[in-house]
Amino acid sequence: MTKMTWDLSEAPESKAHVQIAERYGLFIDGEFRKPQSGMYFDTTNPANGTKLSEVAEAGQADVDAAFEAADKAFAGWSALSGAERGKYIYRIARMMQEKSRELAVLESLDGGKPIRESRDIDVPLAAAHFFYYAGWADKLEYAFPNRTPRPLGVAAQIIPWNFPLLMAAWKIAPALACGNTVVIKPAETTPLTALKLAEIIREAGLPNGVVNIITGAGATGAMMTNHEVPNKLAFTGSTQVGKLIYKAALKGNKKVTLELGGKAANIIFDDAPIDAAVEGIINGIYFNQGHVCCAGSRLFVQETVYDEVIAKLKKRMDNLIVGDPMDKNTDIGAINSQGQLNTIEKYLEIGKEEGAEMYQPDCDIPSEGNWCRPTLFLNVAQSNRIAQEEIFGPVLAVQTFRTIDEVIDKANNTPYGLSAGVWTDKGSKIFQLTKALKAGVVWANTYNKFDPTSPFGGYKESGFGREGGMHGLEAYLTF
Amino acid sequence: MDMKHQLTGFRGASVDQMGINDRIARIKSRSIKKDAKKQGLRMALNMIDLTTLEGSDTPNKVRQLCYKAIHPHDEFEGLPTVAAVCVYPSLVNVAKKVVDGSGVKVAAVATYFPSGQSTTEIKLKETKFAIDEGADEIDMVISRKEFLKGNYNYVLDEIMAVNEMCKAHSTRLKVILETGELGSLEEVRRASDLALMANPDFIKTSTGKIGQAANMQVTLVMLQAIWDHYVKTGVQVGMKPAGGISDAKTALHYLRMVKEVLGDEWLTNEWFRFGASRLANDVIMQIMKQETGVYQGPSYFSKD
Repeated sequence: MTKMTWDLSEAPESKAHVQIAERYGLFIDGEFRKPQSGMYFDTTNPANGTKLSEVAEAGQADVDAAFEAADKAFAGWSALSGAERGKYIYRIARMMQEKSRELAVLESLDGGKPIRESRDIDVPLAAAHFFYYAGWADKLEYAFPNRTPRPLGVAAQIIPWNFPLLMAAWKIAPALACGNTVVIKPAETTPLTALKLAEIIREAGLPNGVVNIITGAGATGAMMTNHEVPNKLAFTGSTQVGKLIYKAALKGNKKVTLELGGKAANIIFDDAPIDAAVEGIINGIYFNQGHVCCAGSRLFVQETVYDEVIAKLKKRMDNLIVGDPMDKNTDIGAINSQGQLNTIEKYLEIGKEEGAEMYQPDCDIPSEGNWCRPTLFLNVAQSNRIAQEEIFGPVLAVQTFRTIDEVIDKANNTPYGLSAGVWTDKGSKIFQLTKALKAGVVWANTYNKFDPTSPFGGYKESGFGREGGMHGLEAYLTF
Repeated sequence: MDMKHQLTGFRGASVDQMGINDRIARIKSRSIKKDAKKQGLRMALNMIDLTTLEGSDTPNKVRQLCYKAIHPHDEFEGLPTVAAVCVYPSLVNVAKKVVDGSGVKVAAVATYFPSGQSTTEIKLKETKFAIDEGADEIDMVISRKEFLKGNYNYVLDEIMAVNEMCKAHSTRLKVILETGELGSLEEVRRASDLALMANPDFIKTSTGKIGQAANMQVTLVMLQAIWDHYVKTGVQVGMKPAGGISDAKTALHYLRMVKEVLGDEWLTNEWFRFGASRLANDVIMQIMKQETGVYQGPSYFSKD
């Protein structure tokens, strides 16, 4: 009998229901305004390079105006009862759910992530964050008994391009629940869902100036962090930029939370459910093209099961579909920008030069756009750069270990400390590891699972402060 | 030497229920459309073991089922037949006469189906009877009584004995684990690993005679066991989820699971079957929808 194959047909998500303006202004004081800078820049679809829209580049006068609006709005917003604030936040959450399809399509068009992820993960989680913090708005006294929580004032928030809408939710929702007002800037390559969120916020009738959303690149971000009005800086992004922001915060005597890079260890013991672990490895490193600060980018496999794990991992990788983010079957979408693709490709070269063995499945990729096949590096040494530096792409460095002490040593031997994963059937081993690993988040027998009730944040060069859960409130309160 | 204690404390590979659910969620998110759907539906139809296992089965009931197996829906030309009809041993000769020459196989449940509560000797006798009546395939049940009390050696010996008899008569063997009576996915994996040691032709989830029949969780665990066995021994074993799969969309999810966990090599009725009776009509209905663009009501499809 001749061998038959059964391949999937195209299954494109419709874009017909999504409205994208030709040009977006800055959302300041409850309205979209033309930038006083007079400048605009393009935002493109990384899957094919086509221009989606153009957005304003906020200059100093625009940044001043945004902070002025936030400052002016603070007195009224913070004086509202918690229950009243909660109503607004609940309304935003519900409207995000109602517009979830539109938000998901926009997120995939602008950022390159697969529609499956935008639809099933990013957008529902973003709405869940608003729901969760809406619930806290009138219960702050109970969260901090015998203390008197008060809002900080105006927060300046800068978020990255890997989870544009979700990071906006992580930042805005707790700030509002605690009675602060905000000026937030999405990344320059992925502004569209934040601008759609601005439309939702306007439609929700949030008082003018409570949330201001401005667009621009690093220069705009620097104007925000050096501005005198905000007394809180919140940043998610690279460690390099995080250090600059920390300096600005110290200089301006501002409170600060930083959620930065990572190089997480994902540890597989030989008593682990191997098939589940393989799925966890895939979710750990190939989720969102590996553009995830908590990605499980270093894999540690106990030597006794190394061959089995690697064989299964390769087989699973062969099933991954790389391509059009708008296709419902796509597993790995487009790399967010040409610049990021260059960085990833540089590391592929470094890995090969360092003598690691590279594996990529022989899958089709589109001829246009920014793409990277899922990649494994085998026989990696702890001293290799691909095992030490954050690549922020779909690239996994694999090492082996023999004993529990050895793997703890190796896992902690990194300047980062954001997350880690442990796979074993034995509960006591999990607790031994969670105590010993210097990481803010440790997943046991799963990976890259998020929930608004769970705090998230790092050690060492991965930053400080926690977002999510009750801990996430503290970052926006003074006592 | 007493072989009895060799498998005492035997454990299957480790299984994690959350991991199983995650993997299934990913598989179910696959969107199977257009040509992939057409091809998948035809494969599904061709993989069905059309089944009737009632105390009330009569020769005429079985004859009608067999005709349907060969001619699922003659209004539309070029449809594949189903894979087999599945009946009790005493009706094998009736079925055999109707399907003879059509390519449709006759499968018989044996070994004191569905409970398996009898002696190995009687089970072998019944198997032999079904084979002599002309069965192409035997669907046996494992002894859950012995399995659940940890007597794995007994269970394996019995499967091996039935398998040996089947092989001696060029008859293929499916081993039913009755996963709904095993209690957890770990036990399903243990039973799978145990049954696979005998190198049967298929392992199968359920009898269809208790409340909990096939689902994607137990099927995935069994497919993973089949893959591990294949890697270790090079022996290909087939899979048959049975009972509870009644709509085409679910069937396509199962096929996608087989494709991603095992590979295209398993996507023929030599290595994959659905044990079902109602599934066939929904699959045919969906095929007609794909071909003509419109849905027909259920009364336009024969019920057998």
